[in-house]
Amino acid sequence: MSTWEIVIFTLIKILVIFTIMMLTVSYLVYFERRISAWTQNRLGPNRVGWEGVLQPFADVFKLLLKEDIVPEQAEKKIHSLAPVIALFVAFTTYAVIPIGPSFNFFDYNISLVVADVNMGILYVLALTSLGVYAITLAGWSSGSKYSLLGGIRSSAQMISYEISMGFSVGGVILLSESLRPIAIVESQGLWMWNAWIQPIGFITFLVSAFAETNRLPFDLPEAEPELVGGFHTEYSSMKFAGFFLAEYANMIISSALIITLYLGGYQIPFIDITTLGLAHWFEVLIYITAFFFKMGALLFFFLWVRWTIPRFRYDQLMNLGWKVMFPLALLNIIWVAVLIMVFNL
Amino acid sequence: MSLEIILFVILGGVAAVTSVIVITRPNPIISALFLVLNFASLAGLYLLLNAQFIAVAQVIVYAGAIMVLFLFVIMLLRPGNEEKIFSRNPVVKIIASIVAGVVFLQIVYMIFFTSPSNSVTGEVSASVNAGTVEAIGRELFTNYILPFEAAGFLLLAAAIGALVLAKKKFE
Repeated sequence: MSTWEIVIFTLIKILVIFTIMMLTVSYLVYFERRISAWTQNRLGPNRVGWEGVLQPFADVFKLLLKEDIVPEQAEKKIHSLAPVIALFVAFTTYAVIPIGPSFNFFDYNISLVVADVNMGILYVLALTSLGVYAITLAGWSSGSKYSLLGGIRSSAQMISYEISMGFSVGGVILLSESLRPIAIVESQGLWMWNAWIQPIGFITFLVSAFAETNRLPFDLPEAEPELVGGFHTEYSSMKFAGFFLAEYANMIISSALIITLYLGGYQIPFIDITTLGLAHWFEVLIYITAFFFKMGALLFFFLWVRWTIPRFRYDQLMNLGWKVMFPLALLNIIWVAVLIMVFNL
Repeated sequence: MSLEIILFVILGGVAAVTSVIVITRPNPIISALFLVLNFASLAGLYLLLNAQFIAVAQVIVYAGAIMVLFLFVIMLLRPGNEEKIFSRNPVVKIIASIVAGVVFLQIVYMIFFTSPSNSVTGEVSASVNAGTVEAIGRELFTNYILPFEAAGFLLLAAAIGALVLAKKKFE
């Protein structure tokens, strides 16, 4: 393929992924509201369209039509920049996550990942480390003490959990001997999922992912009763929607990452579908379906946890991050190293 | 024009402009943010040179960790007095100009009058592979194992020192 063909294919892939993500995000919000209602024995939004399926669009129009209020004390430019950074980080991370194997389309071999880079996992870590800026800047630029406190809390939380996240990924990299997401998926084979081989690493990564996305039980940055609304107290209209979108997009990214790193990516456990003699395009379709099925299950888990577990206190959160998760992640690396030495995995 | 040159011009331009903005803004937080942008464009330039690992490390370490710390310190300390010190005292200005001049001359000398200490020659594929994680890891853990471990010990010592200092303050 020539350079320009690669550019065009990449643009198409970006467009497809972006559309899928926007749709998933809006319906994730809908499901969040329905599931929370179900957990709390209420009805939830069921008026717009059949069972409320058009609710996300109604929400978007509502947010678009709302008045955009910027406080007088705010640093105006940075105040508008913060949600953009949040969205940028949330959407660009998806570039390296494979949703299926590569397939042949006429004369072209197309891989179902926007950018198949051999630094994929480090790229994800680099971008998540930039996510702190959105929240810190939002908190600072609002010119309000509640926002500032929320922002500072959140940055401390994200920096702390990034460390255990990075170390948990270390175990996966040791086993797969590669930083390429596709290679990591393929190294897990049909049933040797990293979640079975290194359960401690899986748990530390999962917990860190919850903390990184600021979801309950780690949603201290917004903690309504003590901080009004946290770092986005002073945000309204589309700028607020930006943070809202970014939070849900981050959930999608986290589940996609967990699937790629620990749950065998797009592969189906125990069944080698290449031996079934199906048409090539059908196999690819099955792989993609498997990926999105796993993603749906994980996203449901995210929502389920939110409406089940109460919030941590701030010192408990920090203790958990530094004194429990970090040592456990280190232990996991030793465990994986021992496994490699003993069983030559 | 090839894609590489277009990218180089864009990234180089951003890096040059942002580095000027960093030292001309009166508000330190704005300066810090432009420094982050500068680091990001530098990471892009490293990518063009096939130094993938250094590019990502640049973003993780400098943009993602060190600059966040900088921002925190600036936000919490509110260094409003700094501006006064620099604008009122003429001695500070003179010393600053001399130091800047010396550094500038040094850079000019290094760019135009010296030859690079070590350049990668030979096959293109060798230079492409020189920047990957595998190559850097192998070098670090074989040829440069002693300096690598020494740097690790230094960082550990610094971390313990910071802990001791912070604990003293609380007690």
